[in-house]
Amino acid sequence: MSLANINYSLLREAEQFLFVEARLADENRYEDWESLWADDGVYWVPAENAEIDPEKEMSIIYDNRSRISVRIRQFLSGKRYAADPEIKVRRVVSNFELLEEDGDEVLVGCNAIYFVSTESDDEVWGSRNEFRLRQVGDGFELARKNVFLVNAHKALPNLAFLI
Amino acid sequence: MNDLSSIENWDDHIFSDGVDGRLYNDQHVFEQELKKIWYTTWVYVGHESEIPNTNDFVMKSLGLEPIIMTRSKDGNVNLLINTCTHRGNKLCSKSKGNQGSFTCPYHSWTFKNDGKLMGQAYPDGFKNADKSALGLKRVPRIASYGGFIFGSFAEEGPTLEEYLGGATELIDRLLANSPSGEIEVTTGYLKHKVRGNWKLLVENETDGYHPGFVHASVFMVSNSRINELYGDKSSSLSRDYGNGHTEIDLRPEFRKRGEELSWFGTNKERLPDYVEQMKAAHGDEKAREIMIDGTPHAMIFPNLFIAEIQMFVIEPISVSETVQHVTAIQFKGSPDINRRLRQQTMGSVGPAGFLLADDSVMYERTHQGLQTKTGYRTYTGRGNHRERLDEDGYLVGDSTDDLPSRGIWKHYKSLMEA
Ligand code: FES
Ligand SMILES: [Fe+2]
Repeated sequence: MSLANINYSLLREAEQFLFVEARLADENRYEDWESLWADDGVYWVPAENAEIDPEKEMSIIYDNRSRISVRIRQFLSGKRYAADPEIKVRRVVSNFELLEEDGDEVLVGCNAIYFVSTESDDEVWGSRNEFRLRQVGDGFELARKNVFLVNAHKALPNLAFLI
Repeated sequence: MNDLSSIENWDDHIFSDGVDGRLYNDQHVFEQELKKIWYTTWVYVGHESEIPNTNDFVMKSLGLEPIIMTRSKDGNVNLLINTCTHRGNKLCSKSKGNQGSFTCPYHSWTFKNDGKLMGQAYPDGFKNADKSALGLKRVPRIASYGGFIFGSFAEEGPTLEEYLGGATELIDRLLANSPSGEIEVTTGYLKHKVRGNWKLLVENETDGYHPGFVHASVFMVSNSRINELYGDKSSSLSRDYGNGHTEIDLRPEFRKRGEELSWFGTNKERLPDYVEQMKAAHGDEKAREIMIDGTPHAMIFPNLFIAEIQMFVIEPISVSETVQHVTAIQFKGSPDINRRLRQQTMGSVGPAGFLLADDSVMYERTHQGLQTKTGYRTYTGRGNHRERLDEDGYLVGDSTDDLPSRGIWKHYKSLMEA
C-alpha cells in the first residue's frame, strides 16, 4: 500500500473504534464490550502460532458469537474465580494499518502490549492483533478479532481477562 | 519445627486423613520426589499416534528431563535424552518434525533417531573414542498400553501392566468408545502453566467435591448437567485402583439417565455416523451400553489425566510450578464426534477455559495458603466412614469424598519410603 493511497479518514475511524474496544476490555466492562460484536462475530486466540487451523487444532479461545456470550455471562456470574479479585489491565495498542478494504468490511492490523495484574502476579503480554470491522450506520461492529500472542508456543498462565 | 531435608519417618508427615502442608512446597521434598517418583516409576510420556510415520519425532518430557520421542526405521519408539554426548549441548530445539537424524549445532556430531552416534566432525581426532558408547542416553525402559507410551528410568521394576493394575480397564473403557478401538492425539496441545505444586493438580483431577463450587459459574451460564454428577445426592463413585490411580466413576448417574451420549451432553440424533460406527463395531446392545457409560474420568499416577473428552499431561517444572498439557481426545476414523470433542475441549480447558482457568486459580490459591508456617496439616478424611469395596475389590466412596486423595497419598508414601 503506497502512502499516497492510504485512506486516512477510514484508518482514524477504525483506530478510534479500536481504542474504545481496548478501553472497555481494560476496564472489564463486559457487557459494553460484548455489544461491539456482530451477530456472526468470531473471537480467536490460537495456541502455538497463527498458522494453525482452528477447526482442527487447539486454540486458547475460538469463540463463535454464542460462546462469546457464554464467556461474558460467566464473567458476570460473580463466580468466575479466575477473575476474582478483579484483574487489572492496561494495554497500549499501536502500529495500526489498514490491511484490506472489502466492501463494507475493513481488516485492521495492530500490535498490543498488556500490563496485567492478577492476584498472584504481574504479567506482561504481547500480541499482533487483526480485526475485521464491518461498517454499520456511522460506526463499526466487530466481525472478527484474532489475537496472535507473541509467546503462544509456550506454556501460558491463566488468561482470564479480555485480551 | 524440624526441617524436611531428610525425613526418617513418613508417618510423621502423611496420615490416614491428611498431610503435612510443607510436602507441597519444600524444595528437599521435591528433590526426593524427582528421585523416588518421577525417575523411578512408570511415567506417561506420549501417544503412539503423535509419531505415526518412520522418522517422526516429538519433544516430550519425563520428570525434569526433555525427551525426544522418535520412531526409528525399525518401527520402534525411542525415548532419547535431549543432551549431546559430546559436551552437553541441547541437541534438538524443535517441538516436532520428521527426520532420521539429529545434528548437534555446537560441533556437528550427528545421531541417528534411535540414539546411535553416526558421525563426528573431523573424525581423525577420535582415534581413542568408542563410538558405540557415545550414543544418546536413553530412558532405559519403555512400554505402551493401548497406544499410551510410558517410560521408566528404573532399570528394573514392575512391568507397565503390573504398575497400571486395574487402571488398564480405564484405558480399555476409553478405547471402547472409539469405533475403531483406537484414539489419536492429533490436535496439538494447550500448555497451561500454574504457580502451584504438581500434587495439587493430581489430587484435584479426581476431586469430586469441588465441581459444584468452583465450576458453579458454568452451571449458571450454560445448560451443563455436570452439577447432577457431583452433588452429595449423586450416585457417582470415587474409586482407588491402588498404585495411586483413581477415578470418579460417573456411570451410575449415566445409567440412571439411560440415554446414549448423554455423558457427552448430546444425543444419538446429533452424531448419527458415530452411532452407526459404534453399532457396526460392537453390535447394537453392547454399543448402547458403551454409549450410555461414556469415557472415564481418571487420574493415572503420576501424570496422565483422562478427563472424558480430553487428556492432560502433568509436567512438574519446580516445587512451585507445573504445566498442564491438554489435548482433545480423537476417535480414529470418526470425524463427526471428533469435531465436537475438539470444540468442547477448547471451551473448557486451557488458560482461558470455562473450567480450567477456575481450577488453576484454585491451585495457585491453595499453593499460597499452604505457605503457612504454623505447623499446618490438610484434612482428607471426608467419607472415610463410608469407604467400601466394590465387586472387584477396589475401594470406593461417594463421588464427593476425599477417597482419591487418600489413595494418592498412600501410594506416594510407599514410594517415598522405599
Ligand atoms: S556439544 Fe554437541 S557436538 Fe559438541
Ligand atoms: Fe475442576
